[in-house]
Amino acid sequence: MSTISDPPSGSFQLSMLINDTRYRSYTFQFIALILLILAFAYLGYNLLANLQAAGLNISYQFLGEPAGYDINQTLIPYTSQSTHWRASLVGVLNTLLVAFLGCIMATIIGVLVGVLRLSNNWLVRQLMSIYVEIFRNVPVLIWILIIMAIFIAVLPQPRDFRGDDATASMVFGMFAFTGRGFYTPAPIFGAGSGVVVAVFLASIAGIFAFRRYAKKALYDRGQLIPTLWPSLAIFFIPTILAYFIMGRPISLEYPELAGFNFQGGIFMRNSLIALWFALSIYTAAFIAENVRAGILAVSKGQTEAAASLGLRPGRIMNLVILPQALRVIIPPLISQYLNLTKNSSLAIAVGYMDLTGTLGGITLNQTGRAIEAIFLLMLFYLAISLAISAIMNVYNNAVKLKER
Amino acid sequence: MKKIAILGAMTVAGLSAGVASAATLDDVKARGKLNCGVTTGLVGFAAPNANGEWEGFDVGVCRAVAAAVLGDPTAVEFVPTTGKTRFTALASGEIDLLARNTTWTFSRDVDLGFEFVGINYYDGQGFMVPKELGVSSAKELDGATVCIQTGTTTELNLADFFRANNISYEPVPIETNAEAQPLYLEGACDVYTTDASGLAATRAAFENPGDHVVLPEIISKEPLGPLVRHGDNQWGDIARWTLNALIAAEELGVTSANVAELAAAPGSNPEINRLLGTEGTLGAMLGLEADWAVKAIMAGGNYGELFEKNIGENTPIGLARGLNAQWTEGGLLYSPPFR
Amino acid sequence: MSDTHAQTVAFVRDTMLPEQPPPASEAGVIKWMRENLFKGWFNSILTLLSLYFIFVIVTNAYPWFANGIWNTSSLAECREMLGGMTGACFSVLTERWNQLLFGFTYPPEAYWRPTLAFVLLIVAIAPVLYPKAPRQMLVFTGIYPFLAYWLIWGGTLLIPLMVLVGLIAGYFAFKQFERQSFAMGMVAGLVAAIVVIWAGGIIPASMPDVLAIQAIPSRDLGGFMLNMILGTVCVSLSLPLGIMLALGRQSSMPVIKWICVVFIEFIRGVPLITLLFVANVVLAYFFPPDANIDLVLRVIIMITMFSAAYIAEVIRGGLAALPRGQYEAADSLGLDYAQSMRLIILPQALKISIPGIVNVAVGLFKDTTLVSVISMFDLVGMIRGPILASTEWNGVYWELWGFAVFVFFIVCFSISKYSQWLERQLATDHR
Repeated sequence: MSTISDPPSGSFQLSMLINDTRYRSYTFQFIALILLILAFAYLGYNLLANLQAAGLNISYQFLGEPAGYDINQTLIPYTSQSTHWRASLVGVLNTLLVAFLGCIMATIIGVLVGVLRLSNNWLVRQLMSIYVEIFRNVPVLIWILIIMAIFIAVLPQPRDFRGDDATASMVFGMFAFTGRGFYTPAPIFGAGSGVVVAVFLASIAGIFAFRRYAKKALYDRGQLIPTLWPSLAIFFIPTILAYFIMGRPISLEYPELAGFNFQGGIFMRNSLIALWFALSIYTAAFIAENVRAGILAVSKGQTEAAASLGLRPGRIMNLVILPQALRVIIPPLISQYLNLTKNSSLAIAVGYMDLTGTLGGITLNQTGRAIEAIFLLMLFYLAISLAISAIMNVYNNAVKLKER
Repeated sequence: MKKIAILGAMTVAGLSAGVASAATLDDVKARGKLNCGVTTGLVGFAAPNANGEWEGFDVGVCRAVAAAVLGDPTAVEFVPTTGKTRFTALASGEIDLLARNTTWTFSRDVDLGFEFVGINYYDGQGFMVPKELGVSSAKELDGATVCIQTGTTTELNLADFFRANNISYEPVPIETNAEAQPLYLEGACDVYTTDASGLAATRAAFENPGDHVVLPEIISKEPLGPLVRHGDNQWGDIARWTLNALIAAEELGVTSANVAELAAAPGSNPEINRLLGTEGTLGAMLGLEADWAVKAIMAGGNYGELFEKNIGENTPIGLARGLNAQWTEGGLLYSPPFR
Repeated sequence: MSDTHAQTVAFVRDTMLPEQPPPASEAGVIKWMRENLFKGWFNSILTLLSLYFIFVIVTNAYPWFANGIWNTSSLAECREMLGGMTGACFSVLTERWNQLLFGFTYPPEAYWRPTLAFVLLIVAIAPVLYPKAPRQMLVFTGIYPFLAYWLIWGGTLLIPLMVLVGLIAGYFAFKQFERQSFAMGMVAGLVAAIVVIWAGGIIPASMPDVLAIQAIPSRDLGGFMLNMILGTVCVSLSLPLGIMLALGRQSSMPVIKWICVVFIEFIRGVPLITLLFVANVVLAYFFPPDANIDLVLRVIIMITMFSAAYIAEVIRGGLAALPRGQYEAADSLGLDYAQSMRLIILPQALKISIPGIVNVAVGLFKDTTLVSVISMFDLVGMIRGPILASTEWNGVYWELWGFAVFVFFIVCFSISKYSQWLERQLATDHR
């Protein structure tokens, strides 16, 4: 099988397609291609034959027809007269919403638990590893259903808030935690509230500018400017001042029990919360392991070197350990985010109207267009996954170790 | 992926070689079993009992067809289907007959390519609420949280009803009747809506059925019936006339108790004779034995018997015959003549 | 001088003091607690919070467990017996254990068959899992799949036997032609296996009652048994497929490489649930009308493809982690591609990837619960459907979900502990 370094040229024979390693790969690829085409042809032929036998066809016209059903959580305007396409978009947005919320919460819990697992407090360490092991080793579907069961069976229902002998009451008169979901006050933006919001946004920009300035001062002149308290001051004071100067334009609308349900305020549906919490705590258990591994991966010498330079423990963590640990943490973190997004399709188990619930659920059922709907469903998820990994890869490249 | 699929297909085709695909009837006969799609569990219509045996009104239809075709009412493989899977299961040939209280609608009949063989239950969509809410009409349900089974016509009717009456509601979609029960009982939804028969069946399974009322409004027509694939007319005829035989048997007074006696020899009523195969060749025309209807009736009784045994007034479900009485008694059941 | 000095010093000890124990705060339990529980105010708060948390859990859970009732036939009876006290109603487990474990249609008189199959599974995978187990046991591992198929699905033993014979024939054909060329060996093996299986298929068809036990259609499988079957079958099937995909993705042949890349990225980009929908409602359209593939088989196909894509990525990591020199050494020995992969690269790459593969396997096993969404009655499906909806057990949430959590935790935790153990075992080799 040894390759001849200088083969005789110009005498190509058919047998070389099998015997010569230079050409053999073409043979293999050709065979693979033929097999692939044959397989597709076989499946496609069956599909066409089956569809013809059943008198069906492949058509995406249904997307333009009125959906006819209502969706309980719509981030964009939607009525039962909107099209199936719009219903799918509502589903996409709901998927993205729960995935976004879930990723944030999972990161917070995961980092916290991961750091606490390395704490020098024995009890906390044990509790955290119990948490990680329990949540990692039980299917997420069971967690979703358990949290939903808490909503159904444990939390008071709106009927318990009703009447004179109500068994449940609102917390601070503002929050209602019911089995149907959580009701919280909603801000109402009156006249002049635009100014307050603008001031708020400006002060956030101000914080960043200030921190940049402090960093520059540190690097250029070696001058250490405290950042924590000034940042907090910039965050709160201008906004609060603007709020009172404009005559308190933002008020709160409290949820109130009216008729069958609470009305007013912001309503977070039980299915959203169950899905969000379950996905977060499940994924957080994995993220915690990644974080722990990431921190452990930074060699002890780094800590000691930093300490010998005279850095304080907080700065060692911020300036030496975390930047290095992040490089180890980020790639698995991305795949955890992807997993969470894909797992959000389990929404269907609790009736959360995500993409699987609208396009892959009701639309599919009502139109009977199974092949089209599921193909589109997969395409949507593929697009979401690829988009997330693309964004994350950009970040990953930014923090990558730059070797010179 | 495709390579694997084709390998799998070849293996399977190899394993199942010999199963002809000419017609559903031949398939069923060759298999010796009828694959019948039913719900995943709705007491009274189709639900497995404690021993894992399926019972119910829809199950009765399946058994009758199996008895007519194969002579054995137990030669049925019950395939539980959800609202989502039922049509594809039928279209793809996984099941031969779908008896899953499915509403006969234009688009299902024409667009999805199915053939409804008749109506075994005239139903309508209703609402069930806890008594303590003090609601007496569906029009008072403004702002209520409503549990609905997705993938059914009820979902569309509900949207129409609330839009027409210009009141708001909060839909809670659920996959199966089983999942709806705890949600409704624990108060996560105020109202449960589905076919009135389904409501009665669901209520019957509650610990305290008396605490719940079914509102008087019926907001839609829901003719429920078994269906088969478009295109196989012989199989469609068998299913249609088995159902008709059950209905006609009740009209003619043929019951599971007296059918054997009536079928022993030709009697005085020529229609009974034709139905039971003691006169004429109706069975042969269908491609079945002469006593096909006898076996179908013996399987679980005539329509009335099936009704009384599974969902009638003496069962926990307690449905009155209402529209489902014989035409001679003011109902809508009207079997074409056996001639 | 010394005298004066002696007068000024009042006392000079001339014997050793007995050894004192260290201060109480610096020894034993107290020291440990000071260092591990109450080091600084922040740690103390954390400790107190944790203690309070544990206290709440225990005080709530203990009476629930202690008052648990094990022998009633409905929730109402449980409540009656408890008379308002907190207490679990474990009777749902004692009454419905068979449904939870085996599904509600699997014939009770055949419960011993899947049970035996799983006991044998442990024997069969022992030589794979523990490198120290006797090598001869691998023969049983080879026979096991056919035995398990026969035990679980029943029917005549001749069918799995013929397939086994066919595979053995294929193996010998492969060995025969392998010396000429690996590809040729593969083709010869495949042809021999197919011919023998096809020809041998006549024998079981002609005498279906030889060595037959009651045949059970796969639709009747259910409960935790279904999870176990799906998990083991799909993982074992996806391993070879995953290896092929990983090698394909590393291949220098662009067509093959891109087929594998597209397949892997596509599968990894969509949720498993959409693939299960495909199995449930779409896949049947892609097969000829007479190929009546039952739902369990379709689900197995889709889950296998799903896990193969993930395993392929793990193995690709293993392949990439091998030093370049290993590839070059294999080439310089004059081994062709098949030989170098089989003899040099894969054994090392697989060894590195084992922990990753086990993680994928655990994840996959957990994911088998998703089949409950497509109306199959696995453990979760049984709980959500027939049991929670029955009149007797309407509202028994914690006992049932607790059981599900318990069962899955036991299995997954032991597998992941095994994986960690294995990781340590393998790590020593490199030092």
